[in-house]
Amino acid sequence: MNKQPLTSRVQFPLLIFSAVFLVVIMPVLNAYGCISDFTLGNWGKYLCYGILAISIDLLWGYTGLLCLGQALFFTLGGYMMGMHLMRMIGGTGVPTFLSMVGRQEWPSFFMPFTSFPFAMLMVILVPGLLALVFGYLAFRSRIKGVYFSILTQALTYGAALLFFRNELLMGGNNGFTDFRMLLGYSLRDVSTKRGLYVVTAMLLVAVVAGCKWLTNSRFGLIQRAIRDSENRVLFSGYATANFKLFIFVISAIIASLAGALFVPQVGIINPSEMETGKSLEAVVWVALGGRGTIVGPIAGAISVNALKSWASSGSTADFWPLMLGGSFVLVVLFMPKGIMGIPGQIGDLIAKFSRKTASSDAPPPASADTSQEAEILSSTASPASDS
Amino acid sequence: MIPRILSSALAAVTLTSAFARAEDTVKVGVLHSLSGTMAISETSLRDVLLFTFDEINAAGGVMGKKIEPVVADGASNWPLFAEKAKQLLDQDKVAVTFGCWTSVSRKSVLPVFEEKKGLLFYPVQYEGEEMSPNIFYTAEAVNQQATPAVDYLLEEGKKKFYLIGSDYVYPQTTNLILLEYLLSKGVPLANIGGGFSKDADGKIISAGKYTPFGHTDYQQIVAEIKQFAASGNACIISTLNGDTNVPFFKEYAAAGLDAESCPVVSFSVSEDEFRGLPAKQLVGQLGCWTYFQSIKSPANAKFIKNFQAWLKKSDVPGIVKEGRVTCSPMVLSYDGVYLWKAAVEKAKSFDVDKVMAALQSGISFDGPGGKVTSQKNHHLTKNVFIGETKADGQFKILKEFKDVVGEPFLKGTYKAK
Repeated sequence: MNKQPLTSRVQFPLLIFSAVFLVVIMPVLNAYGCISDFTLGNWGKYLCYGILAISIDLLWGYTGLLCLGQALFFTLGGYMMGMHLMRMIGGTGVPTFLSMVGRQEWPSFFMPFTSFPFAMLMVILVPGLLALVFGYLAFRSRIKGVYFSILTQALTYGAALLFFRNELLMGGNNGFTDFRMLLGYSLRDVSTKRGLYVVTAMLLVAVVAGCKWLTNSRFGLIQRAIRDSENRVLFSGYATANFKLFIFVISAIIASLAGALFVPQVGIINPSEMETGKSLEAVVWVALGGRGTIVGPIAGAISVNALKSWASSGSTADFWPLMLGGSFVLVVLFMPKGIMGIPGQIGDLIAKFSRKTASSDAPPPASADTSQEAEILSSTASPASDS
Repeated sequence: MIPRILSSALAAVTLTSAFARAEDTVKVGVLHSLSGTMAISETSLRDVLLFTFDEINAAGGVMGKKIEPVVADGASNWPLFAEKAKQLLDQDKVAVTFGCWTSVSRKSVLPVFEEKKGLLFYPVQYEGEEMSPNIFYTAEAVNQQATPAVDYLLEEGKKKFYLIGSDYVYPQTTNLILLEYLLSKGVPLANIGGGFSKDADGKIISAGKYTPFGHTDYQQIVAEIKQFAASGNACIISTLNGDTNVPFFKEYAAAGLDAESCPVVSFSVSEDEFRGLPAKQLVGQLGCWTYFQSIKSPANAKFIKNFQAWLKKSDVPGIVKEGRVTCSPMVLSYDGVYLWKAAVEKAKSFDVDKVMAALQSGISFDGPGGKVTSQKNHHLTKNVFIGETKADGQFKILKEFKDVVGEPFLKGTYKAK
């Protein structure tokens, strides 16, 4: 960012303001009735998707690894939280997801999930370990590019099939629903819902700050170097596999945390959340928002899902998938850098226009050189101003 | 972010005010998947619901108020179903919602309807074991489909039953109940095929053979069935759903099995499914529903004629007008709307509690499938039909069971002799 001090000076206060708005102002407005509980609930969901999108950007935008398995990590986090929530339902006997398959007792592996700290630990450990083992095998074998994408997709597909099986005792196709309590608070209370929203917004801010720091550190430099030319980094003496493994595990944990917060807010977790289509959808958000920008994927996730919420009922319910698909096509055709690229494009247009009229005093467009890095840097200037 | 939030808030405000309710209408929610994997089935229910609303509105509405439908697309996405349910209840403030097909979509919206004190009518065969105070199940319970089918097959002299289904909750539960039912009818365990899995105490927790969604390779299973059926008097009870029926019946025919030697009774294949499945492969196989299009009755003839006429002049974007049929879930949606109307008129109120109380007091409606009566346990008393598949995807009715009482809690009720 130090290349463009002016833009970073504009960007920083805007980011801070957005953070304050999401974490403080929105819930306060909700408490005073200016924002409905329904809208705030939807935003909680969008922000979870936003965190998922960042985890993809960290891999795809910054390290060049297109992982099609992030929905798996997201869902695993959701299931870990779901197991805790199911244990908290209370009442006599077992929930229907167990009695349906003839069980009258809780399976033993559910027992430790009564403890919230244990469940949280599992939210981090289960996807983290899965990513560690899978990543170790994949990166050690130097699997890259499209082969890596296919493998992660296959992993997700396999896991979805496994979770659809009733024998797994995880609710099969129906998954977990009808949650009641979290940490002693009723999930049906407006205040609990608001609290969950605030926690989600805080996590989002923390993840953005953490990722900004990471990608601007020396580590981030190596990350981008791996993205642009892995062999050169390798020949310079860096063990690229270890770097990739680290970032893969981190992003799995980020996705998992988002999933864990998603479940109590939407009230259901089932294996269709980890179907391959979901991972692809999340990749579309990142592409739409602008990859390699951290903030862009959030904007992409929020705008796509808000459009989905708004358009899928009422007069547009019959053709909203066409609207959504059409907008993707338009973005791909005319906005190759996504939402985050718009200011740069406008800048280009203005520059072109002013060069035509008065060829001398317009500065050269910032994105005239071909490096993607420069593009990104020039466009990060206005993440919030356009969105 | 600010302009985005403001603009979406603004859009929401203008949207709600644009649809500002007039005093002489009542808002009614329609919550089905109009896109995604379930759209092929659920769009038909949306169509029949809109038709029913128009029919009721033309006849003067409900208590003098015209029905104003609010259609929401659940998009085969279960968290979105919950979101849409919240929207219908919180923002649109609908008096009642007709919707859901899969059990998982119903499970997803159930907490929402209970929390916000809404009313949902659910129209599709399901596994039971549920009775929410805020849901009315016009759906077939297991004893309105599976057990009458077994009764019919026993009457036909069948002695061996092979259970096969897609691996999800409805087939699993149905087969466990059927196992108890068959044992109570004196069928020995050895004559029930498909395999069992037992828990540590030796108690059977799953009966039958299960394949995942989208499974295509039935060679081994059909070979096993052929062996099972070799001694004669065997039949297959199938809860396979959707596309998997195609490879299953192909393999079944290839193995030399036919409806004469070893008939298949399917619970998830209705007339509407035959729009997408080759009916020729299933000729002679059995179906069991609480309605068939081929029912000969004035009420059914009128229903079919009016629905087809409505389709012709409908201006719903993208609606399919050619080759449309009627089937049980459609008729149970239709019946549900009329039962709700009757309950509202009886209660003289749109209030959910009062309407539910009226429904529980027992309301009858002469629908296309015959008389249906609402019960205290939120289910319906209705007629059950056994039909034989014909090449045109219709059913020839073989037997009718009159006034079967819907019972959601069946596990453990059938005791072995």
